[in-house]
Amino acid sequence: MKHIIRQVFHSGKFVVGFCIFVTILLVVIIYPLFITDSPLAILGQGTFFPPGIYVSTFDSINSPTTYTLDLNDAAAVRIANKLSSDDRLAIKDWLLVAGIPEDQIDITDTKKLLDQWSSNYDPKKNIPGMTNAKRNYFVRLDNSLKGLLSAEGAIIATKNPETGILEQTGIVNQSDYVNINQVASVRWLPLGTDNFGRDVLNELVKATVVSLQIGFVAGIIATLIGLTLGLLAGYIGGIADDVIMFITNLFTVIPSFVLLILISFSIGQEQRGAFTIAVVIGFTSWVWTARAVRSQVVSLRNRDHVNLSKLSGHSIVHIILTDILPYIASYVIMALILQISSGILAEAGLSILGLGPRTTDVPTLGLMMNWAMIYQAQILGKWWAYFPVLLTIALITFSMNLMNTGLDQVFNPALRD
Amino acid sequence: MKGYRKYFLNKLAWFLVTLVCAFLLNFILPRLMPGDPVAAIVARMAQGMSNSSGVQAIYEQYTELFGTNKPMLEQFFLYTRNVARGDFGFSFSQYPRTVADVLSASIWWTVCLQFPAIIVGWLIGNSLGALAAYLKGGFDKVIMPVSIFISNFPPFGMAVLLMVIFGVNLKWFPTSGGYGFDLIPSFTWSFMWSVIVHYQLPFWSIVLIAIGGQAIGMRSMSIYELNADYVKYARFLGIKDRKIVGYVFRNAMLPQITGLALSVGTMVGGALVAEIIFSYPGLGSTILTAVRGQDYPLVSATTLIITLMVLSANFIIEILYGIIDPRIKAAQAD
Repeated sequence: MKHIIRQVFHSGKFVVGFCIFVTILLVVIIYPLFITDSPLAILGQGTFFPPGIYVSTFDSINSPTTYTLDLNDAAAVRIANKLSSDDRLAIKDWLLVAGIPEDQIDITDTKKLLDQWSSNYDPKKNIPGMTNAKRNYFVRLDNSLKGLLSAEGAIIATKNPETGILEQTGIVNQSDYVNINQVASVRWLPLGTDNFGRDVLNELVKATVVSLQIGFVAGIIATLIGLTLGLLAGYIGGIADDVIMFITNLFTVIPSFVLLILISFSIGQEQRGAFTIAVVIGFTSWVWTARAVRSQVVSLRNRDHVNLSKLSGHSIVHIILTDILPYIASYVIMALILQISSGILAEAGLSILGLGPRTTDVPTLGLMMNWAMIYQAQILGKWWAYFPVLLTIALITFSMNLMNTGLDQVFNPALRD
Repeated sequence: MKGYRKYFLNKLAWFLVTLVCAFLLNFILPRLMPGDPVAAIVARMAQGMSNSSGVQAIYEQYTELFGTNKPMLEQFFLYTRNVARGDFGFSFSQYPRTVADVLSASIWWTVCLQFPAIIVGWLIGNSLGALAAYLKGGFDKVIMPVSIFISNFPPFGMAVLLMVIFGVNLKWFPTSGGYGFDLIPSFTWSFMWSVIVHYQLPFWSIVLIAIGGQAIGMRSMSIYELNADYVKYARFLGIKDRKIVGYVFRNAMLPQITGLALSVGTMVGGALVAEIIFSYPGLGSTILTAVRGQDYPLVSATTLIITLMVLSANFIIEILYGIIDPRIKAAQAD
């Protein structure tokens, strides 16, 4: 046993796959120990907040100590940040009309652009062919630029509870800073929020756990059914073999996802828990294990040690447990690994069809993908809603497949490079 | 030709048996669930629907057509008769369209998308796999890990990635639909062009997934064949490498054809989900709308059609295999 394990860990592919898998497993085990928020808690009032650190504006204004930092480029950065690319193009349009040659206008150079704008803009100038809306847009743009360029701070006012009049309580200067560590309420959303305003990272960790559980349950059920049927068919033979092989061949050609769709649809949305889905997936994907186990058992059935065991009068159960199972154990484990990864994929596929587990209890990788697709995260460019999910699915299945290939090479010397 | 007849008849019998079993499952599975699925679905639908009289009408029509209140055996005969006529009743979610109407509008999109894509993917994948086995070295080192990674990538994931890269960022291809939303299906150039442009992303996402899986299988098959005795013997005889590779490819390809027959079901399943990502107007999207609309007749009919498609594809591949593989002829001649 020890020797086999050592051999397995000499296989490079297995080790890489194993490391990826264990890393994922450790992350999903350790993360909830530190962050205990409910993964389905809705934080954001809105959809798809981008990843980043969210600082309470109210708390930072009321922060006890403010710091004054004189940073030279602060104003330039602020203006550059405020001036959208559409505004820049509009400014360029105006400047072109005002007679400045195109090669002198650089819309990426904020300072020069603003200088040209302030020296050339004239609200009274009448440009032929310009609509009123466009003219008003330029007036607004000019006003907002003036606001940006002013050096005054923003005034904070509160309503006097007795008179109802706004009274100035403070002023925030342009050079005022707060230390983020001293702001009372700061929330880091490393992967932003999803379409419901839930923390994607938090949800992703929980979803990975649930999807792995679904994969394990489905894989174990499928392997148990496949193993039992394969052993029966292979060892007992005769009519049992014929019947089991008929059923197996039947379910090999009838696509299993069609059965999955039919069963999940018939169960109904309310009854579909994550566990139910896992069981259904398990019951529709045992075929390959059964075939593989059967062919292995058939080749083992007439080996000398099995015949010896038979002659010694051991029971069938005893023979299967001690003389057959140990020889096919490596095979069964490889099949189990593949079943787990295909179970995770099956759940994801079902969820995209809207036939996944009900959405109110737990997130799964498939459900997260489904919501991201329904809210068109991929078209809106909200990569954080779908890409981490895809990456997680791909890493899980990839690592499992690597482990499987590695094991295959250890146990089937013919395949070694 | 006589030797083949037994093989063909055997395969045909098996095709019919699987078809009957699939049909039975399609009938029984939903009815095994407690309660009348149609009634339960209608009850749920009626809660949130303003047009409940319409739902009631469909329900009564469906109950009469398929006799859902009659004993199981009678229901089965009714169901068989109706399906044989191509009458699946009205669609719940797209009333007053009939299920047959909805399906006939979407099935050709799926057939024209998936089967060419799977065949192209199979061809490219096998060529790459054989090349990797033959050339070894750098080519193999690049192709193999990429293939393994791609083949483990979920089909919908590939669809999303292609869409984001080529549809959203580069804007080379449209991101959804089977043709431009401003066009009416017709045999005009602009419509045809729109169909071709919309075809690319779904097509290549299915092709890529197929390539990954096939390349891996073909590589190990080819490595096995390249080490076979007949190859060594041929080398001793001084036969040109190119000719040997041809033989190796043909021998390694045979198990790959069986592999295709066995995996075509899974591939179609993955491709249906990829269709959904692209809102391609095929059977995948039909299932999605049916599931969302709790449209029992439509789900049942769509799954039946998909099963029929997969079984037929399987049958055709097995027949082709019989023609290509000389061993079958030899076995049947005895």
